[in-house]
Amino acid sequence: MANTVTQSIMVVGGGMSGLSAAIEAAEAGYEVFLVEKNPYLGGRVAQLNQYFPKLCPPYCGLEINFRRIKDNPKVKVFTLAEVESIRGVEGDFDVTVKIHPRYVNEKCTACGKCAEACTLEIENPFNYGMDTVKAAYLPHDMAFPLRYVLDPSLVQSAEAQKVKEACPYDAIELDMAEKTVDLKVGSIVWATGWKPYDISKLDNYGGGAYPNVITNVQMERLAAWNGPTQGKIVRPSDGQAPQTVAFVQCAGSRDENHLPFCSGICCLASLKQATYVREQYPDATIYFFYIDVRATDRLEDFVNKVKADDKLIFFKGKVAKITQDDATKSLVCRVENTMTEELHEIPVDLVVLATGMQPTTSETPLPTPVPYDEYGFVASMDAMPGIFAAGTTRTPANVAECVADGTAAALKAIQSVVRR
Amino acid sequence: MEKKLATYICTGCGIGDALDIDQLAGVAQKECKVPVVKTHACLCSQEGVDLIKADIDGEGVNSLMIAACSPRVMYDVFRFDGCIVDRVNLREQVVWCQKPGDEDTQMMAEDYVRMSAAKIKKMELPEPYKPEEEFSKDILIVGGGLAGLTAAREVSKAGYKAVLVEKEKELGGFQKKVSKIATFPYKGLKDNDVASLVQEVSADGNVTVYTGAKVEKTAGGPGLFKVTISQNGTKAEHRVGAIVMAAGWKPYDPAQLDAKLGFGQSPDVITNVMFEEMVQNGGLKRPSDGKDVTAVAFLQCAGQRDPQRLPYCSATCCTTSLKQAIFIKETNPDANVFIVFKEMRTPGQAEDLYRRAQEEGVIFIRCQDPEVKVMGSAVSVEALDELLGETVVLENLDLVVLATGMVPVTAFGEDYAKVRARMQQQEGEEKKQEEELEVPQDAIRVSDILNLQYRQGPELPGLKYGFPDSHFICFPYETRRTGIYAAGCVRRPMGVAAALEDGAGAALKAIQCVELVSQGKAVHPRAGDMSFPEFFMQRCTQCKRCTEECPFGAINEDEKANPLPQPTRCRRCGVCMGACPERIISFKNYSIGMIGDMIKAMEVPEEDEEKPRILVLACENDAYPALDMAGLRRMTYNAWVRVVPMRCLGSMNLIFIADALSSGIDGVLLLGCKFGDDYQCHFIKGSELANIRLSKIKETLDRLVLESDRVRFETISITDYDKLPQILDDFAETLEEVGPNPYKDM
Repeated sequence: MANTVTQSIMVVGGGMSGLSAAIEAAEAGYEVFLVEKNPYLGGRVAQLNQYFPKLCPPYCGLEINFRRIKDNPKVKVFTLAEVESIRGVEGDFDVTVKIHPRYVNEKCTACGKCAEACTLEIENPFNYGMDTVKAAYLPHDMAFPLRYVLDPSLVQSAEAQKVKEACPYDAIELDMAEKTVDLKVGSIVWATGWKPYDISKLDNYGGGAYPNVITNVQMERLAAWNGPTQGKIVRPSDGQAPQTVAFVQCAGSRDENHLPFCSGICCLASLKQATYVREQYPDATIYFFYIDVRATDRLEDFVNKVKADDKLIFFKGKVAKITQDDATKSLVCRVENTMTEELHEIPVDLVVLATGMQPTTSETPLPTPVPYDEYGFVASMDAMPGIFAAGTTRTPANVAECVADGTAAALKAIQSVVRR
Repeated sequence: MEKKLATYICTGCGIGDALDIDQLAGVAQKECKVPVVKTHACLCSQEGVDLIKADIDGEGVNSLMIAACSPRVMYDVFRFDGCIVDRVNLREQVVWCQKPGDEDTQMMAEDYVRMSAAKIKKMELPEPYKPEEEFSKDILIVGGGLAGLTAAREVSKAGYKAVLVEKEKELGGFQKKVSKIATFPYKGLKDNDVASLVQEVSADGNVTVYTGAKVEKTAGGPGLFKVTISQNGTKAEHRVGAIVMAAGWKPYDPAQLDAKLGFGQSPDVITNVMFEEMVQNGGLKRPSDGKDVTAVAFLQCAGQRDPQRLPYCSATCCTTSLKQAIFIKETNPDANVFIVFKEMRTPGQAEDLYRRAQEEGVIFIRCQDPEVKVMGSAVSVEALDELLGETVVLENLDLVVLATGMVPVTAFGEDYAKVRARMQQQEGEEKKQEEELEVPQDAIRVSDILNLQYRQGPELPGLKYGFPDSHFICFPYETRRTGIYAAGCVRRPMGVAAALEDGAGAALKAIQCVELVSQGKAVHPRAGDMSFPEFFMQRCTQCKRCTEECPFGAINEDEKANPLPQPTRCRRCGVCMGACPERIISFKNYSIGMIGDMIKAMEVPEEDEEKPRILVLACENDAYPALDMAGLRRMTYNAWVRVVPMRCLGSMNLIFIADALSSGIDGVLLLGCKFGDDYQCHFIKGSELANIRLSKIKETLDRLVLESDRVRFETISITDYDKLPQILDDFAETLEEVGPNPYKDM
């Protein structure tokens, strides 16, 4: 039983799992601090074009979840924030949260005058660097909170003062400094999610070296209207429409040299992306190179639906190597058909690597010791008394599983603080 | 309350540059008779908010029209407790999407002020629903398997009381039959400890357990459920606030399998479930003669991923077969163990178990279509090995284990549509003569689990294959019945780890429900909303539209077909309000009269001014944010449109269209969510119902000699803002072709 001092709950990570944990706990009547590293909530799902299997936009569910936060003052959101230290015990944690400067305060109305005044551009983090954005920017169209951000490079530039003066509402603070906030909480949900496996480690695939070898997360941005190409799926090297697209499954996953586990979502994600390609290019040839199609429960229906596409070739075999024609930047996938044992060299215009989920905790662990598995996932939901791991911090998971998991973790966190 | 109106116009964010603010203020003051009208250069600033607060405190204003940005932003800044607040969206939906300084832009802004004034005059502050009965915060859990037991334990640990009903004589569910489990961290097998969970729950003073029992009747609604439980011929009644439905699954009937799989042809061909039973009842022996088992083949996907049988994947069978194979290898390392599979599905860390089985020497054969051959007492399997490209024959097998799947218990029992049809036939002559709208019926099986006393049927409606969920991606625990949350394998096929988490997750949803309902508030997706529908019964014609159309079965019916609303079951979508032809259903802050007045408040220019008007009824969850984002992107769209947000397009009443057209508005555009199998409507069938109702309006239009082209329905999603300008322009173009509304000058 907890030695309950405070009934507040801290949720770390504002992606699908953390967002769910925070809202669900708040709607049950508890005060929640939601700590998010990005300048906006929604995590990686905000960057997805569509969800499988319904092919519906993530903004739709996020809008409802954001509204739940807007209607519930019990959720206090910290963006650009990271947990620096955790001390204490279940029921009585002292947490220090570091808040990076946004250089924009709550007076911001999102009118966009700062961006108009700004000429400096930075790589757009929301689009995984595939385009640039003004250094005074709104992270994306449905950013929550709807507030601009100034990149530190702008603040240090000669243009900073001009941008500041362009704001009619005195919302820009160039001298905003990093600050820390001390919170007292009774329990903690850790949901810092995942990052795409670094494709530069996949040198046999030319990851990071060949412009037309992209990742599945980049593909989501390419297909999204609010992405770098206004939703047009084109080759990064020349902006041309691809005639042949290859999806290379298990790029790093199920591989002892990279991520030995299965990332769970990539099969469905690639098949979903195949539908993006098909919608734009009715005649394109699409290869899906796979080991096993992992589509559990009714997701099987989606695989069957996609299989009806006769120009989508389900090719059983793991791609051994990808080579690039340096002149055309076109690619050749070398792959053995495991059914016929023949070696094929298949020329393609664009390759999408189904890179796996690397748990964020594998690189940025909790600031207090908890047990991990050998892959860096927190080993169980009950990480330690009063600290609970949710979503892809624990195991690779799809959106529905993250929501379910975040909700379960919220209850555990409530149990830690409930006065009995 | 005595309303004192005030209008605050913000001139920031380009509003003041694009509009003639004095003229706009004049509309509020002179036309709308608002006594206090003020402007401010930045209303959301502290100074702006203080200006409003001073009027609330000093002038007693209590009904505020905030003409500034979208209600989706600055929500906390413009929250004034005890006041009615309406946000006039001048920023995103006027000046950011229209030409600045243009006459049409000004007219649009003025119309929105008029519409807001009309709206606020009809709005009341909602008061929470408080029945005479006291609310219960206890939670009923149906099913004493892993998910249900976990839910009971977690509910108790959170400080609530639970009632657990299990149909078998003992708690434990399917897991009772299982000796070894494979779960996190998937490195090998673990002993099953469901017994300790059973013990913990049985000893828990907060949990009342009924075994060998069933829920005979569930009446009432969230906070007010009355549950009758029968056990050994006696009956007990409990009042509970919410329900976790964790009634589990049944193994797919192996007798239905393809004869090629050999079930029934030899006692040595068994299912994965029979395997577990055998291990527990004295160990693994050859069923035909009790001899040792040294050669075993597991055949995956038996009857699964098969359109004729179970079209879906049961998700757990690969892991289960790996576990069973490793179990055999651990007992007898010399045993020959084969797994014949189509695709090995071991997501996440379960991949480690697959690797472990390979290390243990289990032989894997990839084959789409294996065949079991039974010759006398000899059993063999023929399989075309895809990797070798040749047929392998596994001879002299002691055991063939068929990996059969999971069927949710909600998929059994008679189709309720048939029951309904029978009941209607018995009523026979009473059948109404007037043509009825065809409302899509929910797929409900009479599965004898909850026995809901609901007019729309006794059990949870299934979404697909009998799984009773409603929004399985974003809101997985939700069902189509408020306050009833599905957990465990009845929700989707899942293994031990997921079932444990599911029990806890659904328990929280139930706890949330009892907390919100006890404060008179709605649950998901309008959590916290205190309004609820009120019925002016004197004018009810017993047409049953509301009771049939409510997507959540919230309205019962008495023998005379009078609606009996159950406010705690209500999600506040307003579908009933949209359905009612007599227009007797309204919310304190959302009503037919309110929207009707908003429509009538629009100024309709005379025909020769050549300024057509388009009423857009937009779903506030998706279409409305899309319009906002079009503004945020400064996309210019048609200046003739006037947008009225709907809680759900299903709350669209045909009278809105009639009102609009009879006041000379040229066309009505409905923007709703995608419907059908992959519906995106947060209220399940709202947009679909709106579309069905439209089939009626066409006839009305024809009678009025108005062109049916004047009304259009478009499904759009929240990210379709790039398409919105075109959609609006296309409709405007159509209306130009049709010509002005002849009722304009009347």
